[in-house]
Amino acid sequence: MPLPLSIFILVSVIKSAIVLGVLLTAVAYTVWLERKVVGHMQNRWGPTRVGPFGLLQPAADGIKFLFKEDLTPPHVYKPLFIAAPMMALIFALTSISVIPFGNSFTFGPFSVPQFLPFHYEMPFHWGGAVIGPYSIPFQITDVNIGLLMILGVTSMGVYGVALAGWSSNNKYSLLGGLRASAQMVSYEIALGLSLVGVLIQSGSFSLRAIVDAQGGHFWGFIPRWNIFHWQFIGFFIYLMAAYAETNRIPFDLPEAETELVAGYHTEYSAMKFAMFFMAEYTNMITVGCVATLLFFGGWHGPLFGPPLVQALLPVFWFAAKIFCFLFLYIWVRGTLPRFRYDQLMSFGWKFLLPLAIANLVATAIFVAW
Amino acid sequence: MHLFLFLMFGAVCVGGAINLLAQRHPITSALSLIAVMAALAGEYLLLGAEFVAAVQVIVYAGAIMVLFVFVIMLLNAGEEEQTKGSRVAILLGVPGMLTGGLLIGWVVLRHSGTESVPIGALPGHPTDIAQLLFHDFLLPFEVTSVLILIAIMGAVVLASKPEASAGKVG
Repeated sequence: MPLPLSIFILVSVIKSAIVLGVLLTAVAYTVWLERKVVGHMQNRWGPTRVGPFGLLQPAADGIKFLFKEDLTPPHVYKPLFIAAPMMALIFALTSISVIPFGNSFTFGPFSVPQFLPFHYEMPFHWGGAVIGPYSIPFQITDVNIGLLMILGVTSMGVYGVALAGWSSNNKYSLLGGLRASAQMVSYEIALGLSLVGVLIQSGSFSLRAIVDAQGGHFWGFIPRWNIFHWQFIGFFIYLMAAYAETNRIPFDLPEAETELVAGYHTEYSAMKFAMFFMAEYTNMITVGCVATLLFFGGWHGPLFGPPLVQALLPVFWFAAKIFCFLFLYIWVRGTLPRFRYDQLMSFGWKFLLPLAIANLVATAIFVAW
Repeated sequence: MHLFLFLMFGAVCVGGAINLLAQRHPITSALSLIAVMAALAGEYLLLGAEFVAAVQVIVYAGAIMVLFVFVIMLLNAGEEEQTKGSRVAILLGVPGMLTGGLLIGWVVLRHSGTESVPIGALPGHPTDIAQLLFHDFLLPFEVTSVLILIAIMGAVVLASKPEASAGKVG
């Protein structure tokens, strides 16, 4: 039974608010996790002073960002200088809207008591009637081109970085912006092609359908995830291209401290800088979500316990898998040095792209045969 | 609701197009063009063509316009000089635009008797488009790809300077 329009809008608003709240909290604590883990890797403690284990550090950082002086240098192109961090953050946050976090949540049917004071005409019969059952997916919106929408929105994300670099009117920022846009455009091709193999196997753009296709097991114990289903090369191409897309080490040339001060956000301070920071970590989480959905079976995992636990376990498995990805990100950051720019470009075009095409052709032949 | 969204995206589209011409800075013009592309994608979504909308955003707004912005940044193009416009543009352009507008208006009004179609009735699903591209119109599709390949090769030839004549250029 589909939801009536007014309730649908209400549910969508509530879901958006919850997802946004959880996402921004996750972003704040990813920063904390990164500082803590990298600290321990380098034989330091990381944040310890604010709260137990430094757990309140993100809140302190947020307050600091809000109250710092927001400097706008006199030589910038002001409209774009202000718009660029907003664009970066908005595009980063938008892509989360099509990601499914778990199965549907079904409730009802309800019988509505007679005394409810609804006088205006409702789209369904109140009072003594039975409504439902309704099924609400753990997802803001389920579009049948979900994956393409994520790719489209993330491909728009490059504007925030590029325009920040250009509008700052500063050579380091401009170089950072140019590097970022060239890098993101180059690696986007390998990224897109690495996902096509999965699409061929599951035969749908819908993220929910892709995850559903990965249910079950091989020989009763190996989960039927795409990474165990011939797509491990595709997964590694995706992983490397995604690191480049999010400008993370070893591909963080756009903000290389040793050469470009801070790259595209050199001139930014206070909340505008924080917006770039949040956009970067949101993109990391989105990349982790897509990897989990496409290669690691999404919310599939062992289910047990009472019905309520069974309803919530998929969301837990999904979150746990994303946590593993974020940890991997941080681990790589603590381990690898930075590439040189020509190495970055030749790696993307001469190694990753041919490998992605080969993987695509091999998968196509395998599926057709 | 539908009409409101249609008008909103249409207004963004037309406003962006006018802004593109009015702005003097190349980068603001490029950004207006991106707004036009994004608004067009919104209109496609309203028509139920989700796939076309996504491709519109990925290809035009996400790839082609990034290259535009990239080139403008690389050349660091400054503000344009304002000219009064050529006489040819006024003599031919304005009547041409009026004729085109009238022609489109006439065609639309002539066919306004056609019934409206509910969303989802027309093919717009990726499967339908794949059927068209890879089955019904396979030959034109593949010939187009050869055409694009030729364009790529031409770009490579133009971009690569031969060693011998490198000194003569200039």
